[in-house]
Amino acid sequence: MIRIVSGFLPLVDAALLIVCREMGFAENNNLDLTLLKETSWANMRDRLSVGQFDCAHMLAPLPIAQNLGLSPLREKLIVPFALGIGGNAITVSNAVFSDMQTQSRGEMTSVAEAGRALKGVISARQSTSQRPLVFAVVHAYSSHAYELRYWLSACGINPDTGVEITIVPPGLMADALAAGNIDGFCVGEPWNSVASAKGVGHIIATKAAIWQSSPEKVLAFRDSWAMQNAETVQHLLVALHQAALWASNVENRDALAQILSRPDYVGVDARLILRSLEGTVRPDMQQPDFLLFHERAANFPWQSHALWFYVQMARWGQLEHSTANATIARLTYRPDIYRRALQHQGVALPGASSKVEGDLREPTYLPASGGSLRMGPDGFFDGVKFDPDDIDGYLAQYKVFAALHKN
Amino acid sequence: MSPSDLAILIVDESDDRARLIEQALRDSGHGNVTIAVFQGVARRIEELAPDVIILDLGNPNRDFLEHMFRLSKAVQKPIAMFVDQSSAQAMFDAVDAGVSAYVVDGLRRERVKPILDLAIARFRAFDRMRQERDEARAALDDRNTIDRAKRILMRSKSLSEEEAYGLLRTTAMKQSRSMAEIASAIILATDAFEGDAS
Repeated sequence: MIRIVSGFLPLVDAALLIVCREMGFAENNNLDLTLLKETSWANMRDRLSVGQFDCAHMLAPLPIAQNLGLSPLREKLIVPFALGIGGNAITVSNAVFSDMQTQSRGEMTSVAEAGRALKGVISARQSTSQRPLVFAVVHAYSSHAYELRYWLSACGINPDTGVEITIVPPGLMADALAAGNIDGFCVGEPWNSVASAKGVGHIIATKAAIWQSSPEKVLAFRDSWAMQNAETVQHLLVALHQAALWASNVENRDALAQILSRPDYVGVDARLILRSLEGTVRPDMQQPDFLLFHERAANFPWQSHALWFYVQMARWGQLEHSTANATIARLTYRPDIYRRALQHQGVALPGASSKVEGDLREPTYLPASGGSLRMGPDGFFDGVKFDPDDIDGYLAQYKVFAALHKN
Repeated sequence: MSPSDLAILIVDESDDRARLIEQALRDSGHGNVTIAVFQGVARRIEELAPDVIILDLGNPNRDFLEHMFRLSKAVQKPIAMFVDQSSAQAMFDAVDAGVSAYVVDGLRRERVKPILDLAIARFRAFDRMRQERDEARAALDDRNTIDRAKRILMRSKSLSEEEAYGLLRTTAMKQSRSMAEIASAIILATDAFEGDAS
């Protein structure tokens, strides 16, 4: 057995690593997988980079940011496997929710309606000189930060001046909301459901409703280690693929919720974890694709996903866009390693490594080696598409938008 | 600037460990050392404008702190994690010990390195102390367990204290287990039996 060490944070989207160990998929592939619980993404980044971890449950944009020189550490990281699609939500305090209800005067089921209501609340606060609302995300280089910013700005709220964005670790979100330190947050499950069950907040938007079928956590490796241990990486990817098949089977949902709820993993009541697996984090809404572990090529590291995160970094001023930078971001994702590992596993492998994001309004069958692949729907709620071959055009539309909405 | 001119802030939820580091820094000539906990740390940073921040990596708010060091109005100059680019081992040692130094932009490596090395050494020493304390506690627990099992044997088998101890020891040797393990098994069995009887 080959020993391999991975870090994880207590979140439902760490499921595939946990299932890999607990259901014997690692062992069946001759791997002795040790999982170490971490307390911050900075620790995860450091421990992976210096070699204490061989791989890590990771925020998708973080390895990209590190390769672009935005991290204190220089070690090159790669992403050959995605741990799932969706799984985040945006929660606001009871007070903000009540103000939003007053503003909306009715239904707030769509994220566009919720955004309009929030804009009304923010305008009202500005006109009465109240402090800006504070929203927390888990890290500056996180899908949570970019989803929140995307949603706010598409609803006419400037995320830099209309609200204040701060950082809170996932497990402390509900308490920070209850204490009034923040007014809302964007976080992965089960931490929205925890806040909701404690009665301290209301879930007003889900990741799947902002950008359907959008990428979430990934498995990251040091490039140097993955090269020296190519076979081990392949075995782990096969084991994770098997874990994904198991985790996506409806019959295993209860068992999965039980495993994740253990104190050494997520440490939250299994009934709350079940909400994200069933797509019922919002009691008023059933979302079967709230969190996907396998369907819609959920584990394929699309380079267009890496580039979408990259353009968000450029859009929000975290870096300057250049062709060289875009290339570094794109090559952080390694579909070639994914394909090599899974080519003999009966997995339908996409022929392309990039796609236009937000193009599939309906489920669509894409040609793939080893069968056809059911993809989508994958739209952004505002109807904008992202063509990874036209980054300049994509960024330019937001410059125009920003100029029009300057106030 | 002499060592004593650097303003050093230790952010650590463990007061004992923070004091250990503070003392070591003072002993090596640093006069301007302050200890803080996470709660209210932004205001402390604004007041003290530290050149070096020593941070416990176990702090779950590390992501917030990194964010604040870079962007907050509370910091006059950006503060970034100190990474010794010339030595991968040095970085590994710091992460392994669970401590990190954050420094103001432009502070030279030679000035930071000794401070971080000292923090690493104290973090390790503190870990050893804690481990020794835990071991001492466990040893005391073991002795209590053995004493209890011994008394059970003396009562149930009408043995002298010496005979009871000898029986525990030979049983442990025969089964290749520790005396404390055998003693626990005896206590467990007795508790279960007496629980049934009552």
